[in-house]
Amino acid sequence: MTHWPYIAASYAIGVLLPAALGIAAWTRSAAARRKLRAVDPRLLAREAARRERAA
Amino acid sequence: MDTLSTLGPTELPRRGRNLHRFANPGRFLRISGTVLPWLAVGGVAITAFALVWGLCFAPPDWQQGDTVRIMYIHVPAAWLASAGYFSLAVCAVLSLVWRHPLADLAAQEIGPVGAVFTAICLATGSLWGKPMWGAWWVWDARLTSVLVLFFLYLGQIALIRAFDDQQRGYRAAAILALVGSVNLPIIKFSVQWWNTLHQPDSITLTGAPTMDSRILWPLLFAAIGYTILFAAIVVARLRAAVMERRIRALLLARVDQQAPA
Repeated sequence: MTHWPYIAASYAIGVLLPAALGIAAWTRSAAARRKLRAVDPRLLAREAARRERAA
Repeated sequence: MDTLSTLGPTELPRRGRNLHRFANPGRFLRISGTVLPWLAVGGVAITAFALVWGLCFAPPDWQQGDTVRIMYIHVPAAWLASAGYFSLAVCAVLSLVWRHPLADLAAQEIGPVGAVFTAICLATGSLWGKPMWGAWWVWDARLTSVLVLFFLYLGQIALIRAFDDQQRGYRAAAILALVGSVNLPIIKFSVQWWNTLHQPDSITLTGAPTMDSRILWPLLFAAIGYTILFAAIVVARLRAAVMERRIRALLLARVDQQAPA
């Protein structure tokens, strides 16, 4: 009897679940960074200064 | 951020001052922003390398055949399940004793990641047990104590969200993490204290490993890769949590300013 289905299922679990966790963490972090950039007056001022310097 | 700002310098416990110096959320975001890409890329690369090595190039076991390849997922997941809970206990001490402002947030973010790795350990153990023992599950001491660990993680996650006052939730979860850490030595020594179907440890700190080096090396790489990946996921989640807390504080301050006196 082949044991490969058990091995394949284990590798699928071991790869997909951490990948899902990683992608979720990255997405959440990117969304928080975007929101923070929109509401943080210090970041807004810093970005405005940068834009001014560039112009 | 807001927790830190409520504590004046004279209110900090004397021995905890150094800890608080490293707990500044702004500093954490700066340092973690530099470290995180390296952790993520390193973790993915080492884990992928180890898994391909284990799956395609490592030799089969003389007794278990190819089924031993499940070990390259199962053992790192088991190690991280215990290590994750140990880090929860460390966060609990930092929170309860020194009121470390990032400890509660770290515990909140480690809990779900640790629970997922415990679930991976249980699921892959089950997938390994069926062809080897002829059963998906047995009420063996090692398996049962890891299942208890999984429930402790679920309890910790639930407790943090169970109170309207978040500080009470953090405190209750910290106490559960400390009490639950009693389970860690039980997991570790269960295979020595009781007659179990689960095999005894193949790698110990004191003795030589009982497995062939061609099987041992990919296992060590898998353990290192998954550990770095675990750290990267926790750091990314913690960064998001710190930023979300800052957003909440800023929006609340804005509402307070706009409210009529």
